[in-house]
Amino acid sequence: MTDRQLITLTVNGRDHELAVDPRRTLADVLRHDLLLTGTHIGCEHGVCGACTVLLDGQSVRSCLVFAVQAEGRGIRTVESLGEPGELSDLQESFAEHHGLQCGFCTPGFLMLAEGFLAENPAPSREEIRETVAANLCRCTGYQTITDAIESCAAARLARAAEGSTL
Amino acid sequence: MNDSTTSATTARAAEGGLVGRSVRRREDPRLLSGRGRFTDDIHLPGMLHAQFVRSTQAHARVLGVDLTAVRAVPGVVAAYTAEDLALGPITAELDRPPEEFARTEMPVLAGERVRFAGEPIAIVLAEDPYAAEDGVEAAVVRYEPLPPVVDAGQALTAGAGQLHPEAPGNTLVDVTLFPGEGIEEVFARADCVVRVESRTGRQNALPLETRAAVAEWDERAGQLVLHTPSQVPHQVRTVAAGSLGLDEQAVRVVVPDMGGGFGIKCVVGREEIATAAAARRIGRPVKWIEDRRDALTASFLAREQHYRLRAAFSAEGRILALDADVVCDMGAYSCYPFTAGIEPLMAAAEMPGVYRVPAYRARGRAVATNKAPSAPYRGVSRPQYVMAVERLFERAARELGIDAVELRRRNLITEFPYRGVNNITYDPGSYVESLDLCERLLREEGWYDRRAAAEAEGDWLGIGYSCFSERTGYGTAAFAQRKMAVVPGYDLAEARMDPGGAVTVTTGTLSHGQSHETTMAQIAADELRLPLGKVMLRQGDTDRVPYGWGTFASRSIAIGGSAVRLAARNLGERLRTLAARLLDVPVEETVLDEGAVRASDGRALPYPELARIAHLRADLLPKGIEPGLTATASFDHFGDGTFSNATHGVVVRLDRDSGRVEILRYLCVEDCGVAVNPKVVEGQCRGGIAQGLAGALFEEVRYDADGQPQCTGFLDYLTPTALEIPEISVHHLETPCAFTETGAKGAGEGGTIGAPAAVLNAVNDALRRTGVELDDTPIRPEAVYFAMDRNREQTES
Repeated sequence: MTDRQLITLTVNGRDHELAVDPRRTLADVLRHDLLLTGTHIGCEHGVCGACTVLLDGQSVRSCLVFAVQAEGRGIRTVESLGEPGELSDLQESFAEHHGLQCGFCTPGFLMLAEGFLAENPAPSREEIRETVAANLCRCTGYQTITDAIESCAAARLARAAEGSTL
Repeated sequence: MNDSTTSATTARAAEGGLVGRSVRRREDPRLLSGRGRFTDDIHLPGMLHAQFVRSTQAHARVLGVDLTAVRAVPGVVAAYTAEDLALGPITAELDRPPEEFARTEMPVLAGERVRFAGEPIAIVLAEDPYAAEDGVEAAVVRYEPLPPVVDAGQALTAGAGQLHPEAPGNTLVDVTLFPGEGIEEVFARADCVVRVESRTGRQNALPLETRAAVAEWDERAGQLVLHTPSQVPHQVRTVAAGSLGLDEQAVRVVVPDMGGGFGIKCVVGREEIATAAAARRIGRPVKWIEDRRDALTASFLAREQHYRLRAAFSAEGRILALDADVVCDMGAYSCYPFTAGIEPLMAAAEMPGVYRVPAYRARGRAVATNKAPSAPYRGVSRPQYVMAVERLFERAARELGIDAVELRRRNLITEFPYRGVNNITYDPGSYVESLDLCERLLREEGWYDRRAAAEAEGDWLGIGYSCFSERTGYGTAAFAQRKMAVVPGYDLAEARMDPGGAVTVTTGTLSHGQSHETTMAQIAADELRLPLGKVMLRQGDTDRVPYGWGTFASRSIAIGGSAVRLAARNLGERLRTLAARLLDVPVEETVLDEGAVRASDGRALPYPELARIAHLRADLLPKGIEPGLTATASFDHFGDGTFSNATHGVVVRLDRDSGRVEILRYLCVEDCGVAVNPKVVEGQCRGGIAQGLAGALFEEVRYDADGQPQCTGFLDYLTPTALEIPEISVHHLETPCAFTETGAKGAGEGGTIGAPAAVLNAVNDALRRTGVELDDTPIRPEAVYFAMDRNREQTES
């Protein structure tokens, strides 16, 4: 077999030391080695976006990243959103707008949106649609996903305008 | 506001009931936090990973399978061929004579013969999925190629290669459901005869979660436990038990969270059964996760159909006769339990649709070809026949000089119940009302004015409609008409109150995105006068839920939801009986009220108190009342089902540089009876329309002349994104269903049914001055472009 490499991955603020095959994808390491199964795999060729995570704040398809490439970088998965028993504002917005049905693509859309809103806190609806178009959803027809992200962005802006610390 | 709910639903909600209210989904918190559990999320100690050696040939005799090198690959633990596992085949049957139906078998692993590229030949088990794939690459299979049969037309020609000796001429099903006696005289006398020939592309239903299986032999239970995302867990159990030679009680099928199904997961796949057999053979848990390439090439496909229609009209615009010949390319095998007959039988039985067709003839054929087999997919033949019939109306309107909307209006069924020429009784719907509202809204929004203005400016705008009904709530009687060897239709439910007074509902239906955990609980909680939080739904485990037919054909709320309501009602009766005896009042003088049984004198016993007595203090039970609080119910319908209906209206603009179809406006006026949760219904509509648009404009599984799949990933199977799917307005009308317990009709498939016809009509409306009409989907940009180009040349010359 191939020579395993010892790496340290920082996932959701926690360090994990792992010995992995160089060909092992970040998606598989997250899901199967670290048991963070919220990140889903829908195509393994970088199109569907179900495996989207944040790598140093940028959304990436974890099926296209080898785990060894992620060493020393900060990884955030869907498990980092919200608190146990309490959803984040973005997750709440998805629930409020019926932005999910089967829920399989949802973690990917959440991480895509999380990264996008951090970069562009005041997006237009068209910009949101363009971003949402990065990932595939087979249930919703995308409209309610767009609604959810738009509403979350508006609420964050409103809170910021009020000077809230939330 | 774009969306509206009508008075009856709103009124129910205003009374404080949960049915009719868009309550938040109870599924969401776990799915949004990544804490759902899908099949691939299951990790079992000692688990091996499976991959399949698949045929590289579309059609061939297998001369030898050599797995020696496979077994030598590091990490590979075992590899089995069909001979090694010796499994019984999967055989779907219709109870029809041999001239109408050919009984064929689908082996779990192919043995001496392969019939499509991608067909599984051997299963490889390894310590990790990477090693399993290495193992697959090391397999050596020797083939003797046979002539491939790549489409239905070729399959039906004399001298074509033959797939199954049991199916001469490659015909799996050939039925003439309606002979149409005297129909030729009607055609001879008619003022106007129009024809449509329409083809639809092969599609993949494409749930984001691929097929999967995790199987283990549970020594303690003496059971094979198979976790798999299936819409029909009990039917998977039947096939797994039969194929492995086990009693059904020795197989438990568990469906965890499921990432969509859309029909292809309502048939039993061979890889799931092979995975189960391999786990049993090796004595370790085995996981198989289909990759996307296999999902696109070796899973079940759908939709490749060819319609030849002829219709007779009077000068006043009355349809007088419809003559239909439908050929469905079903790929290599008949699917279990529905058989290859599902598509042609559905089309032939239901094609008159929403129109008053007095004379009808229909022949439907299912043809075998060397392609991945076909399964039901959201809508099942109705997207296709609605498209073909709606094209007929557009063509007749043009020939007769009558506005196409008006022509439809003159022919729509208006009096209910209506007994059709197809011997089906339609229950009340809002056929004319939905068309009127849809047209009125598009006029009020100014789209007709914009179309006129566009014409003056040389822009290509078109408006298109589709009118259709969707037969749902098929009970046993309706399915029996199809003559399947196993007959779906009824469903069972159980409602159980625990000692704390909370209720667990179980049902044989199964949610895979349809929000049943919320909507079924809404139904039960309403019936029992409980808050939603006190009712929990459990589903998808053959050991824990009553026997059931799962979720397909938009049946869950109409049939399963009715069973849930009846089970809850029966539990309520038990509570009232117990309370009446404890309070010493006649049971008729008790009612359920806010989590308690209340007597007419005002005294009340809260459920937790009754539940405590029923379970923990049986010594206090009145004589003759049994301990425990469990009630069951079944629900079935012995008529022809119920009919949801809708009109879709769409405005398109054709891009003159590329032929691309841009959707400017999409409007859906739908009527599924009582909407248990209107937001969920809207979600089903929008998602369904998105899939309909995908079939209308983008998706097609293509094969080359040798039967080699050409769409192996998302780069060559184009599925639409948020930039291609427009905003969709959904308007609800409400014609409650008389026979379901909730007044609900099915709502899952309508969007997919209506979209292709509406889009195709809109494109043809935009092309109206070209003389070119497009009748096939997907609508290729080049076809649109050449139509516009031809017009440009004519205009310039």
